[in-house]
Amino acid sequence: MMRYFFKRLFSLGLSLIVASVVIFVVVEVAPGDPATFMLGINAQPDTVAALRTELGLDQSKLARYLSWAGGMLTGDFGMSYTYRTPVAQMIADRLWVSLPLAIYALTLSTLIAFPAGIFAAARRGGSGDLAVTGATQLGVAIPNFWFAMMLVLIFAINLSWFSAGGFPGWDVGFWAGLKALTLPAIALALPQAAILTRVMRSSLLDILNEDFIRTARAKGLSARQALWRHGVRNALIPVLTIIGLQFAFLLAGAIIIEQVFFLPGLGRLIFQAITQRDLIVVESVVMLLVFAVIMVNFLVDLAYAAIDPRLRART
Amino acid sequence: MSLLNIESLSLSIHDTAILHGISLRIAEGEITALTGESGSGKSMTAFATMGLLPKGTGTGGAIHFDGTDLLSLPEPQMCDLRGREIGMVFQEPMTALNPVQTIGAQVMETILVHKSMTPKMAEERAREVLDRVGLPPDRFPLSRYPHELSGGQRQRVVIAMAIALRPRLLIADEPTTALDVTTQAQILDLLRGLARGQGMALMMITHDLAVVSDMADTLNVMRHGEIVESGPTRDVLHEMRHSYTRQLFEASRHQADLGPAKADTPLLSVQSVSRDFPLPRKTLFGARQTFRAVDHVSFEIRRGERVGLVGESGCGKSTLTRAILGLEATQSGRITLDGDPVWQGGHPNLTVRRKMQVVFQDPYGSFNPRHRVARLVSEPFHLLDDAPTGRALDGAIADALTAVGLSPRDADKHIHAFSGGQRQRIAIARALIIKPDLIVFDEAVSALDVRVRAQILDLMADLSRAYGLTYLFISHDLSVVRSITDRVIVMQAGKIVEDRPTRALFDAPDHPYTRTLMAAAPRLPEDLEKTPYAPDPAL
Repeated sequence: MMRYFFKRLFSLGLSLIVASVVIFVVVEVAPGDPATFMLGINAQPDTVAALRTELGLDQSKLARYLSWAGGMLTGDFGMSYTYRTPVAQMIADRLWVSLPLAIYALTLSTLIAFPAGIFAAARRGGSGDLAVTGATQLGVAIPNFWFAMMLVLIFAINLSWFSAGGFPGWDVGFWAGLKALTLPAIALALPQAAILTRVMRSSLLDILNEDFIRTARAKGLSARQALWRHGVRNALIPVLTIIGLQFAFLLAGAIIIEQVFFLPGLGRLIFQAITQRDLIVVESVVMLLVFAVIMVNFLVDLAYAAIDPRLRART
Repeated sequence: MSLLNIESLSLSIHDTAILHGISLRIAEGEITALTGESGSGKSMTAFATMGLLPKGTGTGGAIHFDGTDLLSLPEPQMCDLRGREIGMVFQEPMTALNPVQTIGAQVMETILVHKSMTPKMAEERAREVLDRVGLPPDRFPLSRYPHELSGGQRQRVVIAMAIALRPRLLIADEPTTALDVTTQAQILDLLRGLARGQGMALMMITHDLAVVSDMADTLNVMRHGEIVESGPTRDVLHEMRHSYTRQLFEASRHQADLGPAKADTPLLSVQSVSRDFPLPRKTLFGARQTFRAVDHVSFEIRRGERVGLVGESGCGKSTLTRAILGLEATQSGRITLDGDPVWQGGHPNLTVRRKMQVVFQDPYGSFNPRHRVARLVSEPFHLLDDAPTGRALDGAIADALTAVGLSPRDADKHIHAFSGGQRQRIAIARALIIKPDLIVFDEAVSALDVRVRAQILDLMADLSRAYGLTYLFISHDLSVVRSITDRVIVMQAGKIVEDRPTRALFDAPDHPYTRTLMAAAPRLPEDLEKTPYAPDPAL
């Protein structure tokens, strides 16, 4: 088990290094000089040169990579070219919205998908299964911003249970913050829940065809007991994989939902940074997202091992 | 008074009739065997008794267990009966256990689900039954996981689960079919001991007459959903009133007519071949340990010889076969066919590959279902530089199909139109079509029913006589090897322990391991009168 853990940890570290190099190179290769962009195309060449020196753009690529990567390790993400504020602070502010939102949405989607998927698999071919499968078809097909608009229409405008958008900050209280994130979280969660339900259902159906389920029935377990005691845990591996992928998406891919609900999240930050050629912010946010994805995969790997003793033994 | 009394049980799945009025009685302590070929309804009889039939099954008749009709028993009561009064053991031990639970938890579950004991007592009982089935605590603590056990050990765990509550009826569905002969003998002993020692009624389902001939008290021979003959095992095997019983019996010990053994010039030469597999690293930077699957093996096959390679699973015979076919490199030694190495300069040698063909075990998995037979059979032509085309190709395909007893018209059909035996004929046609020097049969008849198997063995013998073919016949089944080879090589733990002419080896095995294998192999009684075997043209 320890070997498995360290092996995963080693591959985590390696992935981070490779990712940081790739991100740096890609962003450097992208056309457009930040200094020119900040000063406008009519700026004097010597002003541009002065700014380039100030931003450190005149140093060698290797030196810039090392100072960027080294800064990251110590929590110094550099200064935003556009806003002249520390990137670390900008990201931290946005993360306080995006991270809770992603966790909230993922929790909701899991809470919907697990029971729905298990329910459908247990009634394979029955009317309950048909209803769930039909609902997931819709959930996959309908884009989340449509859900978002419907939610706003019903719960904010007609019922006035929630505000239509904006985020008051966590300072006003945990529940107020959570309430502001509820509609966006639901809008994000519904399509994810639909996908997750389908994965849970098909994974469980595969397991229910396994010989050991028949063995369990021969021991005297009812169909339901066999499903819960022997089916669900075995069915979790593909489900966890999808949950890991979904978390990464929810963290950064919520830009449309952030737009609909006027939330100051990471998605909007990166979008603005790209349009303003604020390379250092782009690099940092992307690196942060990569870090999040790799971390989540690491946790998913550990969860695999917790579920399946064969993985602990191997590798 | 019989414990289980099946009265004219009929069964259909989605209006397809599977069983037509089966009647059967089993008394306490009695061993009753159900035998017959695949599709005869043996397993369905067992599943009907367990109340574990697939959806859409309709039943008629009655199954009385200790006076209760199981067919009309509501599901909750049936759950209560399963595992407590009736236990079941399945064919495939590798997949019959939940991979994410310990064996202790799985054995205890049988006890706990019936609320028969406290968890503490259940744990003691689990330990006790695991000891009883031959899994002692020092090597097999309750905390073991299924993947840490071999097939035979897993089957013991399955048996332990089935007998944990001392059921009065135990149903065993092909319990040893997937196991090696020595393991099979141990498991059969264990089952016999449970029936005799604890008065447990045992319903034993098997396609192998030899397995039940010295074990079952009563024998029921099934065909097409009916019991065609039943009675005390000795009487049934002695009298064989029904022609089907006689066919099964004769086919089981069928000897193919090989003709005189030929041994011309050397064809295949294996010289001191070793094959290593790397083991997982123990430390991060330490040298990798290796496992030697084939250990300095040397032998020779002469042109026209039919050689058997036997051994239990894990003995290295499959690894050796892959090396001979040039599918994998070896770590040391040299394999040549007709003087040319099969592996040269890091690649399989194509000039050698076209002189060898292989027929695999699974007649269902080894064909692409989307292609027609003509394309499947002519596949090996891609090995040739001057492959025939047009009319010559059609002629070659027709010849190959005719040689294996099929019609040239079959070339236009898809593979799903053929039975298992016919598919194996097509596989042989595919091997024959480029007129190879050597054909390797890798467990090629293991998945076939006995009567079909006898026919395929006859076909192999005919082809060998007609074309002077050389065979390497790999099998775990000694009776098959005996009937189709001139010489047998016995492998154990990566080494050859015996290599002698078939008759001499079977008459007087030299090596203790060969003797163990032979003693463990189930045998049909020899003293029965012999009747000539006539193949059934309907197959």
